[in-house]
Amino acid sequence: MIDILFYVFAAVAIGGSVGVVASKSPVASLLFMVVTLASLAGVFVLLEAHFLAAVQVIVYAGAIMVLFLFVIMLLNLGHDYQKDLRWGLASLLSFAVVGLLAGLLSTRLGGSALGGGAGAEVIDAAIREQGAVGAIAQPLFTTYVVPFEITGILLLVAIVGALVLAKRHVE
Amino acid sequence: MSLDFSRQLHYVWALLPEIVLCVWAMIVLVAGVSGRHRPVKTPGGADGGAGAVGGSADLGWLALIGVLVAAFFNGWLYGVREVGGDSMIAVDAFRLFANWVFLIAAALAILISFAYVDRQRLQAGEFHGLILLSTAGMMFMAGARDLIVIFLGLEVMSIAVYAMSAFNRRDRRSAEAGLKYFLLGAFSTGFFLYGVALVYGATGSTNVVAIGASVASGAASQGLLAIGVALLTVGFAFKVSAVPFHMWTPDVYEGAPAPVTAFMSVAVKAAAFTAFLRVFLVGLDAAYDTWYPILWWLAAITMVGANLIALVQSNVKRMLAYSSIAHAGYLLVAMTAANETAAAGMLFYLLVYTMMNLGAFAIVISVGHQGEDRLQIEDYAGFGWSQPLLGVFMTIFLLSLAGFPGTGGFMGKIYLLQGAVDSELWTLSVVLVLTTVASYWYYLRLAWFMWMKEPATPDQHDFVVAPLPMRVALLASVAMILYLGIFPSAALDFARSSVQGLGAVGGGLLGLAP
Repeated sequence: MIDILFYVFAAVAIGGSVGVVASKSPVASLLFMVVTLASLAGVFVLLEAHFLAAVQVIVYAGAIMVLFLFVIMLLNLGHDYQKDLRWGLASLLSFAVVGLLAGLLSTRLGGSALGGGAGAEVIDAAIREQGAVGAIAQPLFTTYVVPFEITGILLLVAIVGALVLAKRHVE
Repeated sequence: MSLDFSRQLHYVWALLPEIVLCVWAMIVLVAGVSGRHRPVKTPGGADGGAGAVGGSADLGWLALIGVLVAAFFNGWLYGVREVGGDSMIAVDAFRLFANWVFLIAAALAILISFAYVDRQRLQAGEFHGLILLSTAGMMFMAGARDLIVIFLGLEVMSIAVYAMSAFNRRDRRSAEAGLKYFLLGAFSTGFFLYGVALVYGATGSTNVVAIGASVASGAASQGLLAIGVALLTVGFAFKVSAVPFHMWTPDVYEGAPAPVTAFMSVAVKAAAFTAFLRVFLVGLDAAYDTWYPILWWLAAITMVGANLIALVQSNVKRMLAYSSIAHAGYLLVAMTAANETAAAGMLFYLLVYTMMNLGAFAIVISVGHQGEDRLQIEDYAGFGWSQPLLGVFMTIFLLSLAGFPGTGGFMGKIYLLQGAVDSELWTLSVVLVLTTVASYWYYLRLAWFMWMKEPATPDQHDFVVAPLPMRVALLASVAMILYLGIFPSAALDFARSSVQGLGAVGGGLLGLAP
């Protein structure tokens, strides 16, 4: 069952990201992006990373995408998305069906996409010990503190770059 | 002092140069928006150059001090030893040598951009702040022993450079360059990140040393690893602009503001090459058979393709762009050779290349009147006789880029060749020599225009401006190029000992040719 679900989520995620690129209207692109992020959240659930899945939905599919939609509407680009959506929903459905078939085929052939390796046991142990949030927060602020801080610098650079280019002040 | 990274505080000491640069960049940014933009006579105004005044110069000097402070801490790190040698941040001589290259590039880029920033009315605070931030990103890349940190360093560097390419908002070509670089760069970043994910999937770690152990023990899944290595190669090849991935280079180098082009043609390339070297020679050393043919072909077609296209360029900035692609090809020969001599030769070459290419671009900025006009080769007619000092400097830079004996460029090519011969890469060595000979044509054609042609109008070069900071940068570059060309042994020994540190600390043996 989990295998079949994985294939369905994976296929829908791929279909959604194709839709992001292929749609002409920004609103349709954005809605496909939401579909992709939601299916990724589904994959996280299958990996038993429930906290990550919830964060994915709340932060990405929720907050950031709403912000995008707001900006698109503010720039008055939100027209003519119905055609893209109608075409896109059909293809998403076909991606889901292809995923379902691939999942059924792989279970019949006996292969498992989500083999529980050594990594899964380590993660399970960490979650038992520290809880779902602690299992992420602990490495984030110890082992991976350097990448975490560099990410801050990266965001600063991006903000400075965006401001430099977008500031309306050309005399 | 010895660093034990089980204590997080020690990361602060290991990353002091980077932290100094980041903090200093924030200071420069704040100073840029808070300062009153009063016109201040710069010290460079002494020669009466019209473009040498402006409040932006204060910020330039401030940024330069930041680079010097970072350089001080970089020197201080030589006295620091790390425990273990498999932590996320490497404290080895290889990283510190690469840091010298980045810091020299940043200092020279700041020095040559004083009058340009002022004349083009660019936002000086953001300009110099972004130079410092991208330098910090490069240093993260060179010091990273973890693919995640390499990726983040790559992004810090790239995003700053994307913004700087589009910096001149009054120039359409600059905007086009920025957008083109950003879109293609984001695409290549995707390749790189996918490569990181697949290598992680194959080896179970993002740490370069752990990857090396996993690959050497044969535990890594071969299929995944091969695809991952190929995607990593695409990501790096884009950043160093090797030939199938070079399409963005001429347009971006031509459109971006000239000081930015100068900076990114040397520093971005150097950063990508140092990270490339560490990942492939320490992490993927045991997979040499997988990546050797890819790099062999990349090097060969890069050298041949870039030099052939450069032959027919009439725009000097575009010609230098193709020349920089050709130099990436020469450096890829060292990557393909993958031995200690070649790695040391590569560091030496990056050092020389930084100075000669930045110097050549400084003259381009001068001839272009601190702007983006007069970039055709005809505009250099008679330049040598009108401005003898700048003319001689430009000739030295061109001869060094071409690889004439007595210049650093020649010694650099000799060491690259030596590395290639040590690994018995005969064909690549021959290609390197032949393409170098072909490259004489387009470098010397420019010199020929400078000294052998009459200027179109007698006063054509009377308004060429080279303010004091730029003269300092030019003089330093020329002195170093001649010094490295005539007495190369000290710098080469330095590079060689830096690379030895790489092997010892990384744990992986530098590979030998099959």
